[in-house]
Amino acid sequence: MAPPALGIPLRMVSVVKRFGDLTAVDGVSLDVAEGACLGLLGPNGAGKSTLIRSIAGRVLPDSGSVRVFGQPAGSAAARAELGWVPQELALYPLLTCRENLEAFGRYQGLHGKALRDGIAWCLEWAALADRSGATVKTLSGGMRRRLNMAAGLVHRPRIVLLDEPTVGVDPQSRNRIFDMVAELRGHGATIIYTTHYMEEAERLCDTIAIIDHGRVIAQGAKEELVEQSFGRRSDVLMRFAASVADPAAWAAAHGGSMQEGSEGVAHFAVSQPTDIAGLLDAAGRDGLEVIDVVLRRPNLESVFLQLTGRDLRQ
Amino acid sequence: MIAMIAAIIQNGFRSLRRDRGALILSFVLPVAFFSIFGMIFGGVGGDKTPRVSVLLVDDDRSTVSERLVQALLQEPSLDASIHPKAKKGEPVPPDYTAAAAETAVKQGDAPAALIIPKGFGAHPLAFGPSGQRTPIQLLHDSSDPVAAQMVGGMLQKVVMTSMPDTMEKMGMQYFEKYSGGLTPEQRKNIDAAMSRQPAAPAQTGSGGGGELIALNVRDVVGEKKQNSMISFYAAGIGVMFLLFTASAAGGSLLDEAESGALDRILSSRVNMTMLLAGKMGYSALLASAQLTLMFLWGAAVFRLDLFTHIPGFIVMTAATSFAVAAFGMLLASVSHTRAQAGAIATLIILTMSAIGGSMFPRYFMPESMQKVGLITINAWAIDGYTKVFWRDEPLLHLAPQVGVLMGAGIVLFLIARRFARRWEFS
Repeated sequence: MAPPALGIPLRMVSVVKRFGDLTAVDGVSLDVAEGACLGLLGPNGAGKSTLIRSIAGRVLPDSGSVRVFGQPAGSAAARAELGWVPQELALYPLLTCRENLEAFGRYQGLHGKALRDGIAWCLEWAALADRSGATVKTLSGGMRRRLNMAAGLVHRPRIVLLDEPTVGVDPQSRNRIFDMVAELRGHGATIIYTTHYMEEAERLCDTIAIIDHGRVIAQGAKEELVEQSFGRRSDVLMRFAASVADPAAWAAAHGGSMQEGSEGVAHFAVSQPTDIAGLLDAAGRDGLEVIDVVLRRPNLESVFLQLTGRDLRQ
Repeated sequence: MIAMIAAIIQNGFRSLRRDRGALILSFVLPVAFFSIFGMIFGGVGGDKTPRVSVLLVDDDRSTVSERLVQALLQEPSLDASIHPKAKKGEPVPPDYTAAAAETAVKQGDAPAALIIPKGFGAHPLAFGPSGQRTPIQLLHDSSDPVAAQMVGGMLQKVVMTSMPDTMEKMGMQYFEKYSGGLTPEQRKNIDAAMSRQPAAPAQTGSGGGGELIALNVRDVVGEKKQNSMISFYAAGIGVMFLLFTASAAGGSLLDEAESGALDRILSSRVNMTMLLAGKMGYSALLASAQLTLMFLWGAAVFRLDLFTHIPGFIVMTAATSFAVAAFGMLLASVSHTRAQAGAIATLIILTMSAIGGSMFPRYFMPESMQKVGLITINAWAIDGYTKVFWRDEPLLHLAPQVGVLMGAGIVLFLIARRFARRWEFS
């Protein structure tokens, strides 16, 4: 492995990337400290993968800079420090688990004992030691996901880029992946984790950057983000009957807004849970039929909703 | 029910319309192949009968032999020559000697040579097997079995149509010999009739008839070969399938691009040039293994003389595999999907194989098509293997074939590398 480079693990300064008319990343600046786990949280198409790919050196920004331990992203030194786990199952389907790990280890310049040790560690870490001789196509979906992660880490990189590693896996496998990420953190790796699942970001990451339309619209620890958006207020979701003519105007008049993509649902931030009663009274007076009310403790999803007016899963 | 069936039919055509690969295979390929075979066998316009090349050597230098040579030179179905073609700006080379003509046939410059020996003019023809005549030597390369037959037949025809006076004279000699002589009056009448016969070679009229001119036919290439054409087919068929294998091996790039593995590989310490070189190395080794298997099978089952030609086989196999592997890389790098690569590969490989001699020998084709064939990997590979296994030529003589194949491989790889830039970054 190359000697440790100088500088913080990741520094992105005003990164812009356009694909034709679409601005996928729009002036993103981020610093990630050693050993930290940064969650990039945003809906599909927010620009998370483009951001990750620019760190991996696979996307060249139109402007701005990305540095890995002080080295330009994509340089040999930066690539040696990075382990990228793409969203796709980027494996050789006809090779076994061990052969896949061997291939990707050798692509990182490993050989001899370092390669053997890397493979052994990865098989243990991904709980695939007993399936090391099985070809990828015979593995379950969860095993393939774990092998996909392991293939990016054979060379034991100091920065790990995990791009939606739990897409399409069952809850049990997801928990196993969470344990793997926690173990990585225990070894001191710096992790950048993209997801559109709020629970994952809350559980795994100590810092979260909320991304929408290619921009970081909020950044900090979960509690900080909630505090910034809601203070001590709570989130109320109110669903109106389909017969209600113009709920948007009414919601706006009472300090709320309609939730994009959810027909007839308005959300409000309230200081006290008892404020719900006031909203229900007002709706009743104005002749609006309310069919459902939910009081939520604000979470990252609420923050996203508050900041963008849209649901994280849209 | 009919509406449902109609919907299925409609869906089929809608899908076909959006699948360019299938469209090409369905419509472009058949028309392209029809055109290629039409050009090879029918000629554009249908008037280009392939001519057989033959070298002429006149060791007799008699009036009769010179007339025969002139007649052969003017025979439309033969491409006869008495000396090598002159290069631009250089004087006409000397006429072929018997030895030079034999060497030229051995080297594949022409499939046959006719040597008119000294004394031919004194006894050019004979009627019947017992007649006294001086045989003409027909040297030929048995890898082209048609050429010798055709040259032999055309020689008899040319004699019939170009030397009727000689035939008459010889006939009268026979008559006089076996009838006890002519009266002076008979002699006068016959001389008068013979003087009316044309002395110049005739250009029309059907040939045939008996064996007027004795022919001494000799294989100068492949006379000791146990199984004459097997090396040609091993090379021809082998190269065609190699091209398919190489295109499939190159297509793994497209699979990896689609699965994301390519991105992952390029985010490691492997760069695009290394990746392409690795893929090409694999493809070339696979191609070498395939060719080796083909020739080993040929040796085991068809008595192909592989083991006395190992150095030439290795050189040709290495050069052919290199060129073929580079072709596969280029194909993958210009294609956007596996389906597209498959369609393009089928079109190009079958076309190259047809005009390059993998399906049938190029010497069956018109000269213009033979020249067009030289743009294919198949033609150069087959020529090289033929030199090794058929003509027993030394390694140095493989320089043109090896040079072209290696050069083509390098150029194709460089072009592939240029196209592969689209995968490097986005």
